[in-house]
Amino acid sequence: MSVENRVRKIISDHLGVDAVKVVSDATFIDDLGADSLDIVELVMAMEEEFNIEIPDTDAEGIRTVNDVVQYVSRRVS
Amino acid sequence: MKEGWRRRVVITGIGVISPLGLTAEKTWEGILAGRSGIGPITHFDSSDSTVKIAGEVRGFEPEKYLPEPTIRKTDLFIQYACAASFMAVEDSKLTREEVASERTAVVIASGMGGIPAIEKTFYLVNEKGHRRISPFFIPMIIPNLAAGMVSITLGAQGPNTCPATACAAGTHALGEAFGYIRHGVSDLAVAGGAEAIISPVAVGGFNAMRALSRRNEEPEKASRPFDRDRDGFVISEGSGILVLEEFERAVGRGARIYAEIIGYALNSDAHHITNPAPEGIGPRRCIQLALKDAEIGPEKIDYINAHGTSTKVGDINETNAIKAVFGEHARQLCVSSTKSMTGHLMGAAGGIEAAISAKALHEGIIPPTINLDHPDPECDLDYVPGEARKKEIQYALSNSFGFGGTNGCLIFKKWEG
Repeated sequence: MSVENRVRKIISDHLGVDAVKVVSDATFIDDLGADSLDIVELVMAMEEEFNIEIPDTDAEGIRTVNDVVQYVSRRVS
Repeated sequence: MKEGWRRRVVITGIGVISPLGLTAEKTWEGILAGRSGIGPITHFDSSDSTVKIAGEVRGFEPEKYLPEPTIRKTDLFIQYACAASFMAVEDSKLTREEVASERTAVVIASGMGGIPAIEKTFYLVNEKGHRRISPFFIPMIIPNLAAGMVSITLGAQGPNTCPATACAAGTHALGEAFGYIRHGVSDLAVAGGAEAIISPVAVGGFNAMRALSRRNEEPEKASRPFDRDRDGFVISEGSGILVLEEFERAVGRGARIYAEIIGYALNSDAHHITNPAPEGIGPRRCIQLALKDAEIGPEKIDYINAHGTSTKVGDINETNAIKAVFGEHARQLCVSSTKSMTGHLMGAAGGIEAAISAKALHEGIIPPTINLDHPDPECDLDYVPGEARKKEIQYALSNSFGFGGTNGCLIFKKWEG
């Protein structure tokens, strides 16, 4: 599975939203119904899945699905 | 508020999740059949544990009540509280719109909160470090999140609290909610208790106090209040929730009324962290205060749902308290411990036992005390041994006593419509 698909699957599983709603420009809070704790948890899930450590300063910049995909892709490449 | 201004409070909804079943109906059927809900522990590997039995809820499906992401973010006691609360509201025939009000209180007790989640997280920290702690860990474990989650889901914007007074907590929750309606703070309340602590640390902890039955070979016989061969209580889990409603409102909408709550009292032994004060002085005064609050004489009480945990000291103490308060009438009234069947639901005990007391009044059936094969000579009241008894009753008392010397008593009256 590509990085993008793995990221999308984690988002969809954790937030309990239909995979089709997890589009690139969907924002976590407004479009996907996440709260600040959900985002912390998502970041942790990404750390586990991709075996990386994401500093809080980086996590704070995450707004959309695409932000995560881009960030993780950069970190794992 | 003018002096002595009191409104009447009735019970219009019941929701129960217990070792006897996943609904109030199934639980009541178990009570009428005199069935034990106690069995071998399956929630954790108990092979190293001295105590291998508990009253576990079997076949619970949280997804019937909560969306998947919420289930992951909540410990089991919160899920039980939500399930029982939603069932109680449904049973009351109130619409969700009526409940979603500033006039609705949610008071749900939990003695110990999310102990299982604390244990799992401790292991996780040891293995992977503190950065792996879920951001939902704290809301998963704090005891008031049962009430919190119920109020959020129902949109109930009135008082939202959680007594954590050990084994008396459920009774204190109902008493508190009763007070809110009686004194005009709220018109409706979703109240009771929830507990789910069948885990190595909690079972091991109570065992360390020598408080638990070790009758591992005969789980269904382990909880035997007032019997000479009792050897401690059995930890159980679940939730008992009532919908309380202001009397005029309930009658006005033609609600089915199970019973009226007419009295409540709470007090303290002020004696010892776990041992009851001699002669049952704390419970004795608490029952007297509840009778005074209800404005009835002791001779009115027909049935007592005892705290009756199946411990050596506790059962005798409660029996003495009953004799002291009721005198000769103690020989006429019926006392039963439904913990003989459900086990001890800890902070949820007061909730489920209030539900059972209300059903007893409503249906005219007194629940039995099972496993009472050889009564302790010091326990010599009519404990309704073995089989439920058909009998119209007017007034019932439910007792709860907790570690820390805390006591709570509720008095219910049959609804005659």
